[in-house]
Amino acid sequence: MSLLQVEDLEAGYGLLKAVRGISFSVEEGERIALVGANGAGKTTLLRCLAGAHQPSAGRVSFDGADVTSAPAYKRVASGVAMVPEGRRLFQALTVRENLQVAAENGRPGPWDVARVTEAFPMLEPLLDRRASTLSGGQQQAAAIARSLMTNPRLLLLDEVSLGLSPVAVQSVYDSLEGLDRSRATLILVEQDLTRALAFADRVLCMLEGRVVLEGAANSLTREQVTQAYFGLRQAAGGS
Amino acid sequence: MSAGAEVNAAPDRPRYRVQRWSRSSLTSLGFVLVGLVLLVSVPITLNDNAVEQFTSLLLFVILAGMWNALAGYGGLVSVGQQGFIGIGAYATIWLTQHGVQPYLAMVLAAGVAAALSLPISALVLQLRGGQFAIGTWVVAAVLGILVTLDSSLGGGTGTSLTALNGYGQSTRLRYTYWLTLAFTIVVFGLSWWLLRSRFGAALQAIRDDEEAAASVGVRVLPLKLVLFVLAAFGCGAAGAMILANTLFIQPQSIFGVQWTAYMIFMVLVGGLGTFEGPILGAVIYFGLQYYFADQGAWYFVGLGVVAILFALLLPRGLWSLVEERTQVRLLPVGYRLTREGSGRRRAG
Amino acid sequence: MTWANLIVQGVMLGGIYALLACGLSLLFGVMRIINLAHGDIAVLGSYLVYVVCDHLGWSPFLALVIALPVMLVLGYLLQLGILDRSLRGGQLVPLLTTFGLAIVIQNLLLQVFSPDVHSLAPYAPWISTASWNVTSQISVPLIGVLGLVAAVAVLGGLQAFLHRTPLGRAMRATAQDADTAALVGIHPKAVYARATAIAVATATLAGTFLAIRATFDPSSGSTQLIFAFEAVVIGGLGSLWGTLWGGIALGVAQAIGGHIDPQYAILAGHILFLAVLASPRGRVIAHGVAA
Repeated sequence: MSLLQVEDLEAGYGLLKAVRGISFSVEEGERIALVGANGAGKTTLLRCLAGAHQPSAGRVSFDGADVTSAPAYKRVASGVAMVPEGRRLFQALTVRENLQVAAENGRPGPWDVARVTEAFPMLEPLLDRRASTLSGGQQQAAAIARSLMTNPRLLLLDEVSLGLSPVAVQSVYDSLEGLDRSRATLILVEQDLTRALAFADRVLCMLEGRVVLEGAANSLTREQVTQAYFGLRQAAGGS
Repeated sequence: MSAGAEVNAAPDRPRYRVQRWSRSSLTSLGFVLVGLVLLVSVPITLNDNAVEQFTSLLLFVILAGMWNALAGYGGLVSVGQQGFIGIGAYATIWLTQHGVQPYLAMVLAAGVAAALSLPISALVLQLRGGQFAIGTWVVAAVLGILVTLDSSLGGGTGTSLTALNGYGQSTRLRYTYWLTLAFTIVVFGLSWWLLRSRFGAALQAIRDDEEAAASVGVRVLPLKLVLFVLAAFGCGAAGAMILANTLFIQPQSIFGVQWTAYMIFMVLVGGLGTFEGPILGAVIYFGLQYYFADQGAWYFVGLGVVAILFALLLPRGLWSLVEERTQVRLLPVGYRLTREGSGRRRAG
Repeated sequence: MTWANLIVQGVMLGGIYALLACGLSLLFGVMRIINLAHGDIAVLGSYLVYVVCDHLGWSPFLALVIALPVMLVLGYLLQLGILDRSLRGGQLVPLLTTFGLAIVIQNLLLQVFSPDVHSLAPYAPWISTASWNVTSQISVPLIGVLGLVAAVAVLGGLQAFLHRTPLGRAMRATAQDADTAALVGIHPKAVYARATAIAVATATLAGTFLAIRATFDPSSGSTQLIFAFEAVVIGGLGSLWGTLWGGIALGVAQAIGGHIDPQYAILAGHILFLAVLASPRGRVIAHGVAA
């Protein structure tokens, strides 16, 4: 049984449809990259998986249970956690408090402050600093660490490289690489195609709310992905 | 008929025209004009008691319209408009004490309220949301206290508009009515003009998302100021006319927060943010207070409960129900998108 | 009365204003709602205490043992029935519903209890009249000391709660960003319910102290709301201790104004508030965010 099963999911904002009938499944331990241009619906899809957005049709099943209408905080209890776009740390709280809050409201499990600083060493000296004083890269590490403190089985990451320097992005991906697969299955929304293909096992490319290309990362060529990304047809170019 | 602009002139796409006036809105304009003529003739055709009741009704219409201008158009929830009502009333007293003809004093008093709103705005307009609400409430309370402390204005025991003693009752009621009607037409005319002008779109933008509006160049503060001054003028006018209608006022009641309660009720029930809603709300409120005001505290409890229910369940008021069914607008304040070549319309 | 005595009186009154204000401030910080019925809730609490005192002959502080739980239940219903729904409606709706609620509470009280003025002082005869003469000029009333102690204790407790307990941390996180709080497993509604409970309880306590010190009637709620708000603004949004200083400043201003002429007491407080608004600090407050 797949860890996550999505069937015919549709979601939008008022009359605007962002996700138009998406189906896929994710096995435990997999690393999936969700790519696509801005406005393709990636973030909306991720938010539906996290419980932060209500889909208008379709089904989301996690670990066999239907969670389609479960609110976000309940999904955390089931084991789904999302690192939102823009990090969204609790600015007036310290890094340690950000981590504590997640630990106190998440699932019981092995992640604690010590383990998390092992995975993200840069956080060690920052623990008692206010979140608002951190740089972009530090905030990103802290945000991922915070989600990990809820002991998720499925971790959703929305655009972790956004607004970060290449060095910071590399550091984040190194830490993600180091995560134990048996502990956390990952779905990343990522703009950077190269990174996505290098990191993930499987890639889903979205365009205008639909999945237009899906496959194992090492079997897809860059050209295929680029074309799907921009909505170009294989045969004759042009719309 | 239109003063429209052509949009979407690509050959294989349907063409649309942007219109302000449509057939139905011209019809309703006709009704409005007829209605106005009838209203003007009320003192001639109806008896004294009816004239007084109509004056009350028009006062409620003004108050509802002004509160709606602030909250519905500008997103400013004021709990302190009674401050301007009181200013209008007491300025009239003061002016007549200094020899000004009473009806002229009433007009000037509305101007005084508008003038005073400028320094007051410097204090409160920087506030938002609930802070603005309580800030205006404090200002109104301060004004009430200041008046109470001034014995020349009658102090806490109240005062009468003795300058109207020289008029016969019928004459007084007529002039009061016509001046109230004139004020109603002026403030609603100004509101309508504001909505139709480029202010109107800007106001909508501010109401929907103030920061986003500011980021595209909408000058938020001047627009709010215009609304604030307009509402002060209207409430000041209402205050002066309340005095003319009842002849005796006391600071606690004329500066009392119950005026805000009435205004909120009327606007919520009628329709927040619509042009016609406040008028509907005022008519309903007039009916309710005519029959139930003697129930004392229970009457107010009822008002409060109804207001809460409308705010939670039908925030756009009863007019929104009418609008959805019939697409009726009293006067056109928006734009309509019409397809060229067909008689069909889509509302803008 | 000397200046020193005035200031002592003002500080004591101010402590109670701070107690009244902290609930308003908390609700605003956590839910972004200014509860226009806050003052009336405090008065409702006073009336509840009064009813218990009147029927059972107990002292007000003992009566709180019954009144507080009742108020907490009412607060829970308030949160569930009105505040939570209002949040979904947008910016204006909470103001409109809480104002409606204020009118309803005031007039229900008026209907049930008549406009007569009451006081809880007769039910705490020794507490409300005892005082120390610290010097020949300064007299410190017991009720004043109790009020200040209660205020500091509650504010201190609240501060500790917010910063040292998991529930408190969850509340601060929700105040910062309710959506993201849900993403780390916090149930926003539960947080809101707790915040409302705290606000209602502290308002009831403050209302009781005010009712012992002075009188109350159904219309006192509006004035108390304004005092609470003024204390928050003068002290600066965002810190509980700031609210204490704000309350004290307000109390002292009122004491000084009242000394010049009893009619000027409340006016003096308003003037201080308006002066703070007009100052550069006012601009900061206007755009500031709480807690």
